[in-house]
Amino acid sequence: MSDTRRLPGLKGFKHLKTGGPAGENLSLLVMLVLLVVVFAIASPRFLTGANLGSMGFQMPLLGLLTLAMLAPILSGGLNLAIVYTANISGLTLAWTLMQFGGPEAGIPAFILGCALAVIVGALAGAVMGGVVAYVGAHPILVSLAMMIFLRGLGEFLTRGGDISGFPDHMHTLGHGSVMGIPVPLILFAVIALGWHVLLRRTPHGFSVYMTGSNLKAAEYAGLNAKRTLVLIYTLSGVLCAIAGILMAARFSSVRVGHGEAMLLITVLACFLGGIDPFGGHGRVAPVILALVILQVLSSGLNLVGANQHLSTAVWGLFLIAVMVLRSGQIQRYIGLLSRKDT
Amino acid sequence: MRDALRSHTIEVRLAVVLAVLCIALSLSAPQFATLPNLTSLLNNSAVNLIWAVGLLVVLIAGGIDISFAVASSVVQYVAAQLLMSVGGGNWLLGFLFCGSLGILLGLLNAWLIHGFRIISIVVTIATFNAFFGLLMFFSGGRNIYNLPDWWTARIFIFEHENAQGIWSELTLSVAVMIGCVIATWALIRRSNIGRQLYAFGDNPEGARRAGVNIAVMQGVAFGWMGLMAGIAGLCQVNIVKEVVPNALYGRELDVLAAVVLGGARLGGGKGTILGCILGVMFVAVTQNGLNLLGVSPFAFQMIIGAVILVAISTANIDLSQFFRNKEARS
Amino acid sequence: MTTAPAERFALRLHKVSKAFGGVQALNKIDFEVRAGEVHCLAGENGCGKSTLIKVVTGVHQPESADLIELFGARVDRITPVQARQRGVSVIWQDLALFPHMSVAENIAFDDLVGLRPRSVRYREMSARAGEVLERLGVSLPLTAPLNDLSIAQRQVVAIARALMNDAKLIFMDEPTASLTQSETDRLLDIVRKLSADGVAVVFVSHRLAEVLEIAERVTVVRDGNLVGVYPTEGMTQARLGELMTGHLIENKVDARDLPDAPVVFEARGLSRHGEFEDVSLTIRAGEVLGLTGLIGAGRTELAHVMMGMRRADAGSMTLEGSAFRPGSIREAIAKGMAYVSEDRLSLGLLQKQSIADNTVISVLRQLTTASGLISDRRKADLVRHWIRELGVKIGAPEDAISTLSGGNQQKVVLAKWLATEPRLLILDSPTVGVDVGARAGIFRIVRALAEQGLAILLISDEVTEVMHHSDRILHMADGRIVQAYDPRTVSVPQLEERIYA
Ligand SMILES: Nc1ncnc2c1ncn2[C@@H]1O[C@H](COP(=O)(O)OP(=O)(O)O)[C@@H](O)[C@H]1O
Ligand SMILES: [Mg+2]
Repeated sequence: MSDTRRLPGLKGFKHLKTGGPAGENLSLLVMLVLLVVVFAIASPRFLTGANLGSMGFQMPLLGLLTLAMLAPILSGGLNLAIVYTANISGLTLAWTLMQFGGPEAGIPAFILGCALAVIVGALAGAVMGGVVAYVGAHPILVSLAMMIFLRGLGEFLTRGGDISGFPDHMHTLGHGSVMGIPVPLILFAVIALGWHVLLRRTPHGFSVYMTGSNLKAAEYAGLNAKRTLVLIYTLSGVLCAIAGILMAARFSSVRVGHGEAMLLITVLACFLGGIDPFGGHGRVAPVILALVILQVLSSGLNLVGANQHLSTAVWGLFLIAVMVLRSGQIQRYIGLLSRKDT
Repeated sequence: MRDALRSHTIEVRLAVVLAVLCIALSLSAPQFATLPNLTSLLNNSAVNLIWAVGLLVVLIAGGIDISFAVASSVVQYVAAQLLMSVGGGNWLLGFLFCGSLGILLGLLNAWLIHGFRIISIVVTIATFNAFFGLLMFFSGGRNIYNLPDWWTARIFIFEHENAQGIWSELTLSVAVMIGCVIATWALIRRSNIGRQLYAFGDNPEGARRAGVNIAVMQGVAFGWMGLMAGIAGLCQVNIVKEVVPNALYGRELDVLAAVVLGGARLGGGKGTILGCILGVMFVAVTQNGLNLLGVSPFAFQMIIGAVILVAISTANIDLSQFFRNKEARS
Repeated sequence: MTTAPAERFALRLHKVSKAFGGVQALNKIDFEVRAGEVHCLAGENGCGKSTLIKVVTGVHQPESADLIELFGARVDRITPVQARQRGVSVIWQDLALFPHMSVAENIAFDDLVGLRPRSVRYREMSARAGEVLERLGVSLPLTAPLNDLSIAQRQVVAIARALMNDAKLIFMDEPTASLTQSETDRLLDIVRKLSADGVAVVFVSHRLAEVLEIAERVTVVRDGNLVGVYPTEGMTQARLGELMTGHLIENKVDARDLPDAPVVFEARGLSRHGEFEDVSLTIRAGEVLGLTGLIGAGRTELAHVMMGMRRADAGSMTLEGSAFRPGSIREAIAKGMAYVSEDRLSLGLLQKQSIADNTVISVLRQLTTASGLISDRRKADLVRHWIRELGVKIGAPEDAISTLSGGNQQKVVLAKWLATEPRLLILDSPTVGVDVGARAGIFRIVRALAEQGLAILLISDEVTEVMHHSDRILHMADGRIVQAYDPRTVSVPQLEERIYA
């Protein structure tokens, strides 16, 4: 199993495999640069301000949901309910705005709506965290049940339709720019930074990593592992709510099922960013790089004439390729081949 | 016998809950316990059950599969094209094509998982996206209506007309489903290959040291899942009479929830056919009951989600009290 | 080289090597087992004993080997199945059983292995499993999942599994680690009987007394190298220990009287239903109190109550004069308790995490600045301080803790707890999986801590350990403290007799 034969010529793959956080970032960065170069050559429109701007508007939504997925994975679980938590939160905002006259609703109504949305998201997360931590049920199953519940709740409340008619100031949130930088991108950058600090620098974040790698041992060392789990799922829910608010602003409407396809893409982005599927290891920075790569792939393919579905396929194939390279088994196969030659 | 009951607590509890549910429904909704309703319940669950037993095998072997539902769609689409190109084919060719295509897709997953030591959730989320993206790309999202006649023909294995002239009938899919369930039961319960699957899921290193061929076990588990996905795809076309590329997208998580509800352990080594059937039927009966009781269809999913949430919460609470040493393997 | 006819050997290895990455687990090892012999394989933890077994049974392929010969026939590349067909079976150190499968299936599992499809006959399987258990003189619920069994019972299942297939060569990798004396005695009887029937047994154990009692010859391995093969006749434990570690280990009773030291911890009539009853004890500052008895006597359960992981049904505790009734492990730690768990692998440390993180995990509050963030500088300082203080041998603090040897891992556990500045340190079997050489280092630290006034409760079922390292000894049996001893007035054999009686 472990009798990997090291070939001097294959050092390049080595850092893909282990390499620590720096190596992880570096190899993703190299891939990103390669992709940008390829697409820049393939399409003159790729490196234009318009394209970069539209990428800046598109990525934050997937990015926020990915961050919401990231933390539960680090804690040794998974949150399959992120998209519908976002939808339900968006619904809460829309409902609040409706109470204040829909398009006529003022900024205070919007703020109230956002606050309620965040509370709803946090609540959904807290329930999941509570069941995962105190009942010990498997996070996949818990979040799956929550997903089915929220989807049902949303369909029940909206009868499968959309809610639209939002005030104009929400448009700024979804489509505005400050000094040429898209507002959603700024929002995402701020939250990503906060998420990074929370996970890497605070005692709570430390506890998330420890709980993710061994809950029992973390408790034996005096960490409050259960509270950690509840908190991290709650925070994941809050991020979903923010994503839901952004989604409402971007699409100018709320519909349950909006963004459904993003669910498994967020997991894909996390794995691409080198998050340990078993929990306990992973960082925010490489995941953001992974997100940028996915966005570049999709925008680039779009520019050379492919549709979104082909991008989806390429994302899947890309993840496979990266995992294959990281696995280090390639070295073994090449080792076997070269041994046959001699 | 007591031991058997004790080691199948989840199945027993689920069976009791399902029985109570059925009794309550037959009392509150007169149509529930009628032959037409029960047969349609079975007809509607056939495809889910075929998937479920396939997924059960993967879960037992310690894996997880997210890609099976879109794999079924891929199989439907490719098989439709292939069958038309050989002049329509027949049921035998249909099974052969769909089955082997499904197995191929399953083996692709197995190869990636075993050959490159990537965990199954990563691989199958990747192949899920790859399968679906490629399918939508090549099909352009267009449905296929002109299918061979045999494929869309309604075949009944059971028909009955009651006094009011209402027909109860079981479709071919139910027969296929029963075949799949029995075959899977024989595999995991009666054959040494199946027992090695359990062992591999339970303790992979222990299985390796005992000489279990790990590569073959991954192949069998995902190959079987693929076979079931292929057959389910075939049956689903027979039911809806068209190939819709994105029709099955999203069904995988519901099936997963039902199978795990039935006691299959995420992480491997545990799970039974009985529990799997109970899990799927529990969800189906709940939905059917809500329908008969006149609850708005929009509320179904919400109630089912809540029921599963409550079910897993209580299941685990009880278990940890009954078995002190369940934490032995964390 | 020997000139005896080849068939007289069950196993012959010549110049076998195996490396894992940079670790040379086996380095040109020679090893011979005669047919029908009980042969002991001795060496410190991590010296390559288990690896040797895995190479012989085809679990690992050797890097290079001049000769591997089973029952007189040369084998070049062997698989686990072929090894079993030739009559080799193994009781694995980690048991390698299947927790969710039935006891019968676990015992008879080897019959199911193979790719030729065949049907499973459960009744036949149970009958065969039952027969073997009968031979062992034990009865276990055959249809219960293995999970429901105690660790000792699982060990019996592993033994039964190895006896299932009329093997001619059986490897037993530390089979007595979790057995009581009477269970061990029964196993040793079986080994003798097997040997009389012509079965060769390779017995791996770090309980030297056992080794000398059962084996005819002993092969000593150190760091993957062969030290030598010795007859057990005339061999002493001290000499064997010296051969294993490469230096003489001196042990002497070193108890002190501390009548004037203040009492740090006191328990009065502590009980918890079904676990222990009416336990009273006091520990003074600077004192090492030994607590010994068989596994299952309730020692770990007592420690758990002291740490707030479980609640006592009756009785009271005081810590430094004030009533102590911790509701959680966090509260206990905050009040000055520290607990080195017996299960370092899955409870004591987070094996996947770094040395640094494992060191600071219990003192995060000390590391946070006013802004609520963890200060990297403080963290690095703290880690460096403790690594130096306890002499832990590490590469970089960012390396995973699993890269360290057992002894160094245990030192990190100690560092973690010492950083919390405890009043009472509970050591629960602190030398499990720590090799003979490193044990001395651990106990030097323990002694130094006691000299500085720390109160220490040393829980161990190794009698020599409590004899040589505690100031007072309590003997616990069936959940009760039955007697107190002064190490200076009792001998190891006397104490062992009391405990194992
Ligand atoms: N699968 C493995 N991968 C890497 N290193 C291993 C593996 N198995 C054993 N080792 C290393 O080989 C050495 C010998 O281990 P082992 O044979 O288990 O020792 P023993 O049984 O004598 O305690 C140790 O340093 C151990 O860390
Ligand atoms: Mg060993």
